Amino acid sequence: MDITVNILLTIATAATPLLIAAIGELVVERSGVLNLGVEGMMIMGAVGGFGAGYLTGSPWIGLLAAVAMGAVFSLLFAVMTLSLATNQVATGLSLTLLGLGLSGMMGTSFVGQPGERLPNLDIPGLTSIPVIGRLLFGQDPIFYISIALTAAVMWFLFKTRTGLTLRSIGDSHTSAHALGIKVIRYRYLAVIFGGACAGLAGGHLSLVYTPQWVENMAAGRGWIALALVVFASWRPWRVLAGAYIFGAVWIGQLHAQAFGIPVPSQLLSSLPYLATVVVLVLISRNKRLTMMNTPASLGQPFVPDR
Amino acid sequence: MKKLLIALMTTTAAMSLAVTAEAADKFKACWVYTGPIGDFGYSYQHDQGRLEVEKALGDKVETAYLENVSEGPDADRAFERLAREGCKLIFGTSFGFMDPEVKVAKKFPKVMFEHATGYKTGDNLGIYNARFYEGRYVLGQIAAKESKAGVAGYIVSFPIPEVVMGINSFMLGAQSINPNFKAKIVWVNSWFDPGKEADAAKALFDQGADIIVQHTDSTAALQVAEERGLHGFGQSSDMIKFAPKAQLTSLTDDWGPYYISRVQAALDGTWKPGNVWLGIKDGAVKLAPFTNMPDDVKAMAEATTKKIADGWNPFTGPIAKQDGTPWLKDGEVADDGTLLGMNFYVKGVDDKLPQ
Repeated sequence: MDITVNILLTIATAATPLLIAAIGELVVERSGVLNLGVEGMMIMGAVGGFGAGYLTGSPWIGLLAAVAMGAVFSLLFAVMTLSLATNQVATGLSLTLLGLGLSGMMGTSFVGQPGERLPNLDIPGLTSIPVIGRLLFGQDPIFYISIALTAAVMWFLFKTRTGLTLRSIGDSHTSAHALGIKVIRYRYLAVIFGGACAGLAGGHLSLVYTPQWVENMAAGRGWIALALVVFASWRPWRVLAGAYIFGAVWIGQLHAQAFGIPVPSQLLSSLPYLATVVVLVLISRNKRLTMMNTPASLGQPFVPDR
Repeated sequence: MKKLLIALMTTTAAMSLAVTAEAADKFKACWVYTGPIGDFGYSYQHDQGRLEVEKALGDKVETAYLENVSEGPDADRAFERLAREGCKLIFGTSFGFMDPEVKVAKKFPKVMFEHATGYKTGDNLGIYNARFYEGRYVLGQIAAKESKAGVAGYIVSFPIPEVVMGINSFMLGAQSINPNFKAKIVWVNSWFDPGKEADAAKALFDQGADIIVQHTDSTAALQVAEERGLHGFGQSSDMIKFAPKAQLTSLTDDWGPYYISRVQAALDGTWKPGNVWLGIKDGAVKLAPFTNMPDDVKAMAEATTKKIADGWNPFTGPIAKQDGTPWLKDGEVADDGTLLGMNFYVKGVDDKLPQ
C-alpha cells in the first residue's frame, strides 16, 4: 500500500508544474494571445524563487518571488505584442531565449548552493490517516494551489461574465472591440496571469520538486505545458487530465524499468508523450466541440483603430 | 515540434552565450560544453578546469567557451564558429561531439582539437578521458557494505561505453563484497534533467533499493536520498552540501592539471595529438571524503582507492560476460580499446542493455 501512495505522490509532484503552467497559458490563449515564452517565464520563476528563498531563508518569500518574477517577465511580452503589435510567435520564442540566458546569468552565484524547500502540509490527526492522509493532507502547498487554480479558471472562464468577455475577445477581437470592450487591457491581464502561473510552476521546480538552482532546470517542461494546452483543446479539465496522464505514464515507465520489464528504455521514455497525445486526441474527437473551443483569433496581432 | 523547438532554442541560446574576448594577439583556447556551466556537474567541472588555465596562464592565454551545445550533427557549427573566431586549441568535452569534431578538425588543419571520452583521432585531433570506472569500483564496494537490502538503484543516461563500463565496474566492486548484490537500473535518456533524476530516485527507492548511484549530473537524486534518510553517491562535483547525511562519497573530476599541461604544450609548440586516459593516480579522478559510514568501511574504501592508484585495474580477470561466456582469464587485464568500446555487461548485472 505504501508503495502505491508513494507512486501517486511522485506523480502529483511531476504533474503539478505542467498543470500550473498549462492552465496559465490556457487563459492567455483563450484571450487570443499565443505566448511561446512559457519555458522562459518558468525558468525565470525558478531562479527568482530559488534566489529569494536562498537569500531570505524563507521558501514562502521564494514562492511569492517566483510568481512576481514570472508576471514581471511576461509584461515584457505583453508590451511588445500588445502595445507594439509585434509578431507573437517570434516574440514568445525570444522571451524563452532571453529567459534561459538571463536566468543563467542571475543564478551564477546560486549554483552549488542547497536551497530552501517548501514544507509539506502537516495537519495533526489528518495527515497520519493511513493511505489517504498523505495524499489528501500531506502534499506540498503548490499542489493544492494547482488544483484550486484549475477549478477557479474553469469557473472564471465558463461561469462568469468577465470570463465570457475574455473568451469572446479570443474569438474575435474586432467584434469585441466594436462592442466597446477594452481588448488590450483584457489581454494584458491575461498575459500577466499566464506569466504568474508559469513563474509559480518554475517556483515549484526550484522550491519543491528539486530544491536547487541549476541552469536550464525546467528542461523543456514549458514546451510540454504549451503542447498540453493545444491537445487539451483549450479546456481546463482536459489540461488537468493531460498533465496527470503525462506524469503517471512517466513515473510508471520508471517503475517498469526498475522492476526489470524487458522493454527498450528509449521506447519507455517516449511513452509519456505518446500516451498523452493519444488520449487527448481521443477525447477531442468531437470536431464541432473542438472548433467551438479554439480561440479563433489566436496569435493575430490586434491594433485598435482610433 | 517540441523537440525541434528545443533544439533550435538551445543551439541559439548556446551561440548567443559565447564568451568572446578582447585581445587578438593572445593564444586562444576554447571549450565546448554539452550542458550549462551552471549544472554543478560534468560541464561545471570542465569549466573549473578552464578557469584553472586562466589562473595559471592568464597573461599568455585567453579562453572562450560555448555551453548548452546539443550533441550530434548540430555541434558542427559550434566547433566551426570557434575555429573561425581564432581559437587555436579547442576542447570538445562530451562523447557526442566526436563525429562533429572529426569533421571540423579536417576542415581546419591548423587548429588543434581535443575530444574527451571518445575514440576517434586525427592529425590535429587528440583524445583524452578519465578512468571514472576506477572510482565506480570503490563505490560498488561501499554500496555492498552499506546497503541493508543488498540492492542499489542506478540512474543512468545513455547506453554509451562510458556508462556501461561504469555499471560493470560498480557491479564488480559490489559483488567482490557481496556476491548476491543487485542493482536496479533505470535509464532516464537525458544527461541533465533534475526533475527526471529525482523521479527516478524515488521510483528506485520505492522498489526496495536503499542506495542510489547515478551517472547523470544533478544533485536531485541525492536530495531525495537525504529526504528519505537513505544513502547515495555524488557525481562530478562534491555534493555534500546538498546531502550532508546521505552522501557516502562523490566521484569527482578534476580536469585542471590536464588542461594546463595541454595549453602549455600548445604555447611551447610541442602539442601533438595525444591519447591519454587519466585515472585516480593522475589526480583526474577523485573521490570526495568518505562520510556517513563506519570506520571499517572507510578503511576498506581507502585501501581499494590506494590499490587502484598503485596500478591495479578493476577489470582484472577472471571475469565472465553477462551470459556466462568467459571474457578475461585469471589475472588478465582488459585492454583500453575493449573498455572504450564496451557494449556488453559482465556477469551479475541484472539488466538488458538497450541497443
